[in-house]
Amino acid sequence: MNLLIKGGRVIDPANNLDGAFDLLIDNGKIAKIAKGIRNGVDQIIDATGKIVSPGIVDMHVHLRQPGREDKETVATGTAAAARGGVTSVLTMPNTTPAIDDVEVVEDLLGIIKKDAVVNVFICAAITHGREGKELTDFAKLKKAGAVAISDDGVSVEDDSLMQAALKLAKKTGINVVCHSEDKSLSAAGVVNAGFTATRLGLRGVSKESEYKRVSRDIELAHKVGITVHIAHVSCKETVEIIREAKNKGIKVTCETAPHYFSLSDEAVLAYDTNMKINPPLRSKDDIEAIKQGLKDGTIDAIASDHAPHTENEKEIEFDRAEFGVVGLETELAVSITELIETGVCGWPKLVEKLSLNPAKILGINKGTLSVGADADIVVISPEEEWIVRKNELVSKSKNSPFIGRTLKGRVDCTVCKGKVVYKG
Amino acid sequence: MSWTKKDLLGLEYLSKEELELILATAESFKEISSREIKKVPALRGKTVVNLFYEPSTRTRVSFEVAAKRLSADVINIATETSSVKKGETLIDTGTNIQALKADVIVIRHNYSGAANMLARHLDISVVNAGDGWHEHPTQALLDIFTLKEKVGKIEGLNVSIVGDIAHSRVARSDIWGLTKLGAKVTVCAPKILIPEGIEHMGVRVTHNIDEAMRNADAINVLRMQFERDEKAVFPQQLEYFKTYGITLERLEKAKKDIVVMHPGPINRGIEMSSEVADGKNSVILEQVTNGIAVRMAVLFLVAQVADSKKNEFTH
Repeated sequence: MNLLIKGGRVIDPANNLDGAFDLLIDNGKIAKIAKGIRNGVDQIIDATGKIVSPGIVDMHVHLRQPGREDKETVATGTAAAARGGVTSVLTMPNTTPAIDDVEVVEDLLGIIKKDAVVNVFICAAITHGREGKELTDFAKLKKAGAVAISDDGVSVEDDSLMQAALKLAKKTGINVVCHSEDKSLSAAGVVNAGFTATRLGLRGVSKESEYKRVSRDIELAHKVGITVHIAHVSCKETVEIIREAKNKGIKVTCETAPHYFSLSDEAVLAYDTNMKINPPLRSKDDIEAIKQGLKDGTIDAIASDHAPHTENEKEIEFDRAEFGVVGLETELAVSITELIETGVCGWPKLVEKLSLNPAKILGINKGTLSVGADADIVVISPEEEWIVRKNELVSKSKNSPFIGRTLKGRVDCTVCKGKVVYKG
Repeated sequence: MSWTKKDLLGLEYLSKEELELILATAESFKEISSREIKKVPALRGKTVVNLFYEPSTRTRVSFEVAAKRLSADVINIATETSSVKKGETLIDTGTNIQALKADVIVIRHNYSGAANMLARHLDISVVNAGDGWHEHPTQALLDIFTLKEKVGKIEGLNVSIVGDIAHSRVARSDIWGLTKLGAKVTVCAPKILIPEGIEHMGVRVTHNIDEAMRNADAINVLRMQFERDEKAVFPQQLEYFKTYGITLERLEKAKKDIVVMHPGPINRGIEMSSEVADGKNSVILEQVTNGIAVRMAVLFLVAQVADSKKNEFTH
């Protein structure tokens, strides 16, 4: 079984490739990239006028299994991924039960094998039940198949426990993803602290609650000698702290999410709970700082922080509604609209942030079109505009902040391990 | 101009002309309450539901009186007696009330934005009777109405709002309303009770009560809600009275005709002394009386709109 993607602009930053090529897939792997490939193939995809890129590697996704199948499942979440051009996801451990022991990992791997239409990598918990008290068995979790650890949703509050976790992670050789939030500062806040919070009469989440904890996490990691990854960077100060650390030669990586470079806290003014996110949407200044961070390389990756919630959990009073938005199906188009169209970065750079860099950070063999690599590919119509419609979202939950928005750049086709898993 | 909004959610969402229209309508309704038979048939056959998620006597009673003077039928729902305790969502409660063919829901809620959310989901009118720290539009309207009645205008007046600005929906509504009508507003409180970015609402901030009173034509003194001080960060009550309380001595240094307002209920000896509360500058009871006229005006205006355009969102 082979497949030819013909006539597209092939972009593969890993191999410094950007040009009009044909791409031949054989047996699930990239077999050849050249001009004018012409041989008897089983299937041809005409990519004329389109972009052919390695599939998106989204390193921050909540598939909600096990335990919250009412919000999302491996099946629905990976279908949403495929629609968004995402071929690999890292699923987070804030499940019920938390992904904190080998049995949960093994059960989840079973579900993934059965239901997933794209690659799913597992992020296990740092502490049992994500309670910040007792470390999990990193070595066993890694052996079972977890590629990273995080208590995502909460930060490990105790400094010495975090330090111990980093030491153990270094010894084990497993990636650490930091949800950096000082809960004693963010407290009961629900929206960015400042004028918007004042205007709405809602409790604010200060930027301090984020960047102070980012500082701590970077400092501890530096002391221990491990590279940590900072999740969902939302504000200017965090960008500055990470930039400064990188300038000093400290090894740290980070991601931001599309909503942090496209929506400001003013989007919350109508009390739309689909704009309630943690960390919260920040100010317009912060949006600019995030874009600058993407531009100068301070921010390595873009990840959706896809956080599905049911309508029952969202269509309630703002204070009571869950934090989080779905993003798998919109992250590519929001990135094209907000970054390519505005000149923040060009295509190869964007592909790096969405695909190559997250794969590198996680140490997984993805994010490239090298001959012999898994054929995980997205074909994009870069100029096509589309409107995000609630009823067209494939995700089980519909809590998108972009419903009704016109976005540029549409996924034409997603290929995972040589198989077409989505066709637009 | 004519009124086009099905809901009254906050003064932030109103234009100067809309504010003036409510005030003018209230003026025409005020006289009804001094008649021997205090009733007109303006809302006869209409049903007004008071949906209160927070204990309130004065606002609820004021709305009830206002609705009854317009001949509407009034139903009061308080959380203690409703199915809210059984876990029904606000939207479900609202759609059920709509299904009963009520015309207006007057909602008081402890969460900011509750009225906005309800209004977005319903075709019938929603009037915000106070949501969290967000807005309390009819309170601000009655403050403004009373002030205008007393002084004759709002434009150009110096109005100081004193007290817990951070947690006050009255303060926010007052600020939007007064500034739109051309008043110069000062807010005065200890730093901890001034919310971030409040100056972007077009107000001056001071932490000195004497400065706040110096050129003021009116002063609105907010209730100190010590019961909400979860973290015990507010100044102690006596200390607050010493530093911010309105006393006769402080009043003597202010303009002779300064109008003293308070949304009630008063903590005598904390926000102001009894002499000031009951003194010649105080309009506190007139505010209560005017509350009825203002709420009659609001109920009347929104009910007409919901009648004519049942399916339009107008906010």
